[in-house]
Amino acid sequence: MNLNRREFLNILAIASANGLAINSPPAFATTGKDALYDLPPFGNASLLHFTDAHAQLLPCYYREPDTNLGAGLHMDRPPHLTGEALLKYFRIPAHTRSAYAFTHLNFTQSARTYGQLGGFAHLATLVKRLRADRPGALLLDGGDSWQGSATALWTQGQDMVKACKLLGVDIMTGHWEFTYGAKRVHEVIENEFAGHIEFLAQNIRTTDFDDPVFKSDTLRQINGARVAIIGQAFPYTPIANPAHFIPDWTFGIQEERLQKIVDSARQRGAEAVVLLSHNGVDVDLKLASRVTGIDFIMGGHTHDPLPVPLIVSNRAGQTVVTNAGSNGKFLSVLDLDVRQGKLEGYRYRLLPVFSRLLPADPEMSHLIESLRAPFISRLNETLARTEGLLYRRGNFNGTFDELILKALLEVNDAEIAFSPGFRWGTTLLPGEAITTEVVMNQTAITYPQVSVTQIDGLELKNRMEDVADNLFNPDPYLQQGGDMVRVGGLTYRMTPHNLMGKRISHMTLHGKPVVANKTYKLASWAPMGNAVQGPPVWDVLNQYLKAHPIIKPDKARNPIN
Amino acid sequence: MNLFRRQFLRLTSVVGALGVTGLSALELVLQAPSALAAVWNKPGFESKVVEEVMKSLGATNAQPSAEIHINAPDIAENGAVVPIEVTSRINNTQSIALIAEKNPFPLAAQVELLNGAEPYFYVRIKMGQTSRIQVLVKADGKFYTAHKEIKITIGGCG
Repeated sequence: MNLNRREFLNILAIASANGLAINSPPAFATTGKDALYDLPPFGNASLLHFTDAHAQLLPCYYREPDTNLGAGLHMDRPPHLTGEALLKYFRIPAHTRSAYAFTHLNFTQSARTYGQLGGFAHLATLVKRLRADRPGALLLDGGDSWQGSATALWTQGQDMVKACKLLGVDIMTGHWEFTYGAKRVHEVIENEFAGHIEFLAQNIRTTDFDDPVFKSDTLRQINGARVAIIGQAFPYTPIANPAHFIPDWTFGIQEERLQKIVDSARQRGAEAVVLLSHNGVDVDLKLASRVTGIDFIMGGHTHDPLPVPLIVSNRAGQTVVTNAGSNGKFLSVLDLDVRQGKLEGYRYRLLPVFSRLLPADPEMSHLIESLRAPFISRLNETLARTEGLLYRRGNFNGTFDELILKALLEVNDAEIAFSPGFRWGTTLLPGEAITTEVVMNQTAITYPQVSVTQIDGLELKNRMEDVADNLFNPDPYLQQGGDMVRVGGLTYRMTPHNLMGKRISHMTLHGKPVVANKTYKLASWAPMGNAVQGPPVWDVLNQYLKAHPIIKPDKARNPIN
Repeated sequence: MNLFRRQFLRLTSVVGALGVTGLSALELVLQAPSALAAVWNKPGFESKVVEEVMKSLGATNAQPSAEIHINAPDIAENGAVVPIEVTSRINNTQSIALIAEKNPFPLAAQVELLNGAEPYFYVRIKMGQTSRIQVLVKADGKFYTAHKEIKITIGGCG
C-alpha cells in the first residue's frame, strides 16, 4: 500500500511548516542553564513527557546516530536528518550544548565538555521545577521504561516501576514492558500502579474475543481544562519481539478504532486530545495525516528527538507531532491554553536533561541507591577497558555492535554473526571501563539466548532483505522502527531505496561471494521462538572481554554504496 | 464491548454457504451442509492461478469500489492466522470472495449471501508470503473489487 495523493500533500505540508510555526522561540542558541530551564508558564494546562528511558536510572552518554535514512516521502526530512543537516534545519548553532544533545558531532569531546544526560534524580529535579509553576501538570511516560539495564532485568522492571512512581508519572503506554510477559504487566498495573499510574493502550486486544486488554483513554481535568489522553502501544510488538510473551494479545495501529475514541472523547467534552504514542515518528506522521481530531501526538519508539515538533495537516485540521528521544536525555514540556472549550494556543519545548546543570533530587537519589545496592558489586565488575568510543545507534552498525559480533564469531567459532538492530544501548567514552553494567546496557532482554545454526546463503539474504524492508519500506505503516540487523563476518552492500528483495547485494565472506546453496555457520542472539536453547549473550561477551581486556573498537561499517 | 461475540452470532445466523480452502485457518469452522454442496466452487478453490479463480467466479471487468471495506493488518502478527474483516456497502450484494494472490491456492473464502443477509464476514487465513489480498463482490450481477497488501515478515529487531 503506497501513500495516496492526499497523504503525499499532507506530508509535503510538514516540510513547508518547517517546524517554525511553533509559537515559542527555540532557545538552542543559549548555553546558560538559567535560559535553558527558565520556561515561563503559559496557558492553563501542561503536559510533561518522557519516553524510551530504557531503564537508565543514572545519567548516561547516548550518541545520536550519524546515519538515519528515511524512506519514500520521509527521505531527507526530519526525523531523518543527522549531524550538520539536523543543526541547519532546526537552526541549532554548532559546537553548543544543544548540538551535543541532538547530534553525534564531535561526540567524545562534547561529551567530556557537557557531561552525561538524563538520570532519574536529575530528571526528578527538572520535573519538580516545572511542576512548581505548572499546577496540575501531568507527567506522561511513552513506554520502554522498564527495559534496558541489568537492574531492570534482574528485578523484572521493579526498579523502574518504583522510580517512575516516585518521579510522579501519571499516565503510561508500553512496548518492551510486554517482554516481561502479560502476567507481569498485569501484576504491576493491578498493584504498584493502582491509584497512581494509568496504563493506556487502545490498540491491544485479546486474540480470542477482541476484548480490550487495557483502558484506551482517560479524560483529565487540568485547572478546568478537559484534556483527553489516549494510549497507543507499539503496534508491532508481537512481530518485533517474541509473541510468546503475550500469546493472547493482538496489536496493530488500529486507525479506525482510534478515530472512534477521538470522536467519543470530543463528544464527552474533551477540549484537547493527545495521543501518547509508541508508534515511532514516521508512523505518527502518517497517522496524523489520516486520523482527525488529535491535537498532539507525543511520540517515542524510534529514539528520534525532534527539537521542534512537526505539523501535519489532515482533512479536518492539523496535528502536532512531537518526539522526546530516549534514555532520559529529554523532557517534553507542552503548555496548553484552553479557553471556552477550545485550544487557543500552545507552547512546546524539548528540554535536554543535562545532569551537570540539574542537581540530583535527594529523594530520588536515595531510592536509586537503594535499588542498586543489592547488585552493586556485580554491576561494577570490570571486564575490560575500551580505548575508543563504543556506541550502538545508527542504521547499520555501531562500534559496540561490532564488538558483540566479534565476540559471537570468536566464542562460537562461527563464520557469520547477526546481532539485532536495537536502538537502545548507551555509549562509552574512550578510556572507560566495560563493566557488567555496561554489557547489560546493551543486552538486557528476556530472550538473550545465543544460538549457532547452519544457514544457506539464500536464507541469509532473505533474512537480511526482510529486516531491510522493515527499515526502508516507503510506507511507514510497514516499518517496525528498529535498525538494520548488524552483520559480522560477511560484508554486503545496501541500496535502501530499491524494492524488497533487491536491497542487499555483494555479499562476501573473506573476499569470496556468498553462495546461495552453500551452508554457513551463523551465530546470533535474541531468538523469536521460545524453544531456542543457548547461553545468554552477556555470558558470551563476558568470556570474550576477559580474553581481550583492552578493546580497540573497529570502525562501524556502513554498507551504503 | 464485545464485538467479536456479536460478529460470531451475526455470521452464524446470516451466512448461507461459506467456502473455505483447506489452507485457511478459519476462526469459525462452518461446514457447508450437504444440501448446499451444489454451490461449492470446486474449480475456484482448487485453482492455483488468480485468473482461473476469477473465471470460476464469473468475475470479468470487476470495477474498483470504495464501498468495499477491508479491515486487515498491514503487517501480519502471525502468517498462519491473518485476520481479515470484509464489509460490502454495495446494494444487493450477493456474494463476496477473498483472494490471497500469492497463496498456492489463491481463493481463500467465498461467501454466498441469502436474501437480506448482511454483507459482512470475518475470517482468518494462512499466508505464506507478503501478498495483495483482493475482495470481489457480486451485486446485481456485476462485480466490484478492492484490495489491500498484507506484509508477512520474519520479524525481530525491536
